[in-house]
Amino acid sequence: MPGACVGGTGEHRTSVTGLVPHSWLNALGIPPWVWGPLSVSLHAAIEATLVVAVVGCALGFLLAKGSFPGRGAIETAFSLPMALPPTVVGWYLLTQLGGPGPVRSAEVSLFGHPLTFTFTGIVVAQIVESFPYCLRFSRAAISGVDARFEQAARAMGLPQWRIALLVTLPLARRGVVAGAVMAFGRALGDFGATMIVAGSVPMATTMPIALYNAVFFGSHGQAMVLALVQLAVAFGLLFGVSRLGKVRPW
Amino acid sequence: MTAALELAVARQIGEFNLDVALTVESGMSVLFGPSGAGKSLTLALIAGLIRPDSGTITINGHVVTDCARRTYVSTQKRRIGMVFQDGLLLPHRSVIDNVALAVRQTRGRRARRAVARSWLERVGAEGLADRRPGSLSGGQRQRVALARGLAGDPALVLLDEPLSALDAEVRRELRKLIRGVIISSSVPAVLVTHDAEEAEELGDVIIGYNRGRVTGARVVDRPVCPGPASGAPESTGRA
Amino acid sequence: MEREPEAAPALDKRKKAAVISVVVLVGFGLGFGAAHLVARYIAYWDIVSGPFFLSLRVASAAIVIAGVTGVASGYVLAKGHFPGRDVLETIGSLPIILPPTVVGYYLLEVLSPGTQVGGFLTRVTGHVFVYNASGCIIAAAVAAYPFCLRAARSAIAGVDPALEQAARTMGLPNWRVASQVTLPLARRGIAAGLTIGCARALGEYGATLMIGGDINGRTRTLSLAILDSFTTPERDTMLLILVLMAVIAMTGVGLLGRSRA
Repeated sequence: MPGACVGGTGEHRTSVTGLVPHSWLNALGIPPWVWGPLSVSLHAAIEATLVVAVVGCALGFLLAKGSFPGRGAIETAFSLPMALPPTVVGWYLLTQLGGPGPVRSAEVSLFGHPLTFTFTGIVVAQIVESFPYCLRFSRAAISGVDARFEQAARAMGLPQWRIALLVTLPLARRGVVAGAVMAFGRALGDFGATMIVAGSVPMATTMPIALYNAVFFGSHGQAMVLALVQLAVAFGLLFGVSRLGKVRPW
Repeated sequence: MTAALELAVARQIGEFNLDVALTVESGMSVLFGPSGAGKSLTLALIAGLIRPDSGTITINGHVVTDCARRTYVSTQKRRIGMVFQDGLLLPHRSVIDNVALAVRQTRGRRARRAVARSWLERVGAEGLADRRPGSLSGGQRQRVALARGLAGDPALVLLDEPLSALDAEVRRELRKLIRGVIISSSVPAVLVTHDAEEAEELGDVIIGYNRGRVTGARVVDRPVCPGPASGAPESTGRA
Repeated sequence: MEREPEAAPALDKRKKAAVISVVVLVGFGLGFGAAHLVARYIAYWDIVSGPFFLSLRVASAAIVIAGVTGVASGYVLAKGHFPGRDVLETIGSLPIILPPTVVGYYLLEVLSPGTQVGGFLTRVTGHVFVYNASGCIIAAAVAAYPFCLRAARSAIAGVDPALEQAARTMGLPNWRVASQVTLPLARRGIAAGLTIGCARALGEYGATLMIGGDINGRTRTLSLAILDSFTTPERDTMLLILVLMAVIAMTGVGLLGRSRA
């Protein structure tokens, strides 16, 4: 990751905009109250999407191709964040990451400190919230691959793992990519869970939280710009997904 | 001489009941009958894509399916080649990559591509090597599918209505090609069709199918063809 | 192998429908009664009931609005042949990944009496839409709408056109073809969309917060109330309710989706 470094509690990581000097950004007319939250959002969302894309695609493949019982239950369980209020998700994360328990001990041994109120905590919250999108899109796309291509590959003598890599996944790539894009968009747009896990630490403010603060404190000009940027990004991402074709995960 | 294929199986799907037994010694055997008679199902059973309810299948002397002993060799290990009605070439890879993927008896990318290229020449498709399947006409596609089915040095080739999706002219052209390539490569083949003319032109033995049963078999009178194949091809089907 | 035609299906279907309706109504009634009984024994029900019933009211109204508009627009998108259909669906799908605060911001801009559009609306309808339940309903409806839209469009587009053509040859006018052929055939997909829309409406937080203002008793829905009662004991009851609802919703979506596949 460009400019990534290990972040401590509340430390603002240099991120995507670490590549671009602040003076250039100022010269372009992009004020710090935009690129600050924007870089936090982008950095967190990119990290979250990398994790989600790999795990979500893998799990989607297992659920699509496997024949073990309880596949429906597993998909339902992992899809819960889509139906839960973000405050509930945030609460669970806060208590699991912050309060006593097995998760906390694991984090402390991995990261040296609990993840609440840190940048990494934001990434975790976004992973949880965006995972269902990637999972469902991937599972739907992989299930939708014409089984006969795989049969032809079996007749050619290819072992199962090569069939997965050379036939199934390439044929499903549009839906899988769409799932990753949706997950990225969802991560960028997360508000409730992020706010609860990370608090309003100024160094770890994402775009949606920045907009909320702007409205709350009455800075209408800032609010308008922040809202417009996020609207444009969401529209662009959705448009990209629609170009990738019809995959119906629900 | 070991029979290329010995099969005696039964399988029920919904209300349809298949119960057939047949033997293929060498040459091209045609399963001929109306749609829904169970011909394609038989091919799927031979390929190991579906399991029968009871019976055994033996390819080249190896038992690949034995329901009583619960033996099922996976499709990958059966050393078969398959040609499908709509080709089923991988759309995201070039023609030569598609055929090279089937070459399992050689190692090394370059060697495999060389084998693939020689097969493409034999089916008259060497100019298509770098094209994508999506840009091919139906006839071209089925030539490539034929090459792919044979490139893996199979012990048995299965062709499931390979020409049914093509129009009459192309079909006539390709019939000669299929017969020629398969006979000259000495690979036993089982071909499924519902077209009587095709059955006559392609088969050494025609095995009749109706409603899940073999209704009879007859050997097609053919002038002896010169070539590496020894003697006249034989095949019997028992009802 | 010929199938014999099923004997006298019409009468059996009506009987079946009647039985199912009775069972559902009785089930509802029993469930309601049971809920009231259980309510007496759930801890802190008096504190939880306020936000709980508010959430129910808001979500019910929202899903009706989102469902009707979603199915209608889904039908238009599925059947129409005008250019820009996909762009319209993209716009309608925005609330799925648009941050809820952005939704809340634009809703405030449109509905606040202080703004041009909002002021106009308030004068015309005599009703204020911000900082009260109406605002919450609108926010929840916006959250639910895209799911209803996409599910409806997909399900309606998936109906075999041959069946609709057959209905037309029988002389049915277009609106009857839609109501008696198309929509019933699409009901599974539409139901799945409504279910997940319901879940989203219940769980809406960010936009509701901004347009409702989190006023206790008026706009503090269950998802907002959880935040305010973080350290208090009634939080567990709220959590239980919300998680149960989410599980029911996603299970419903899963079942409806699978049976279609």
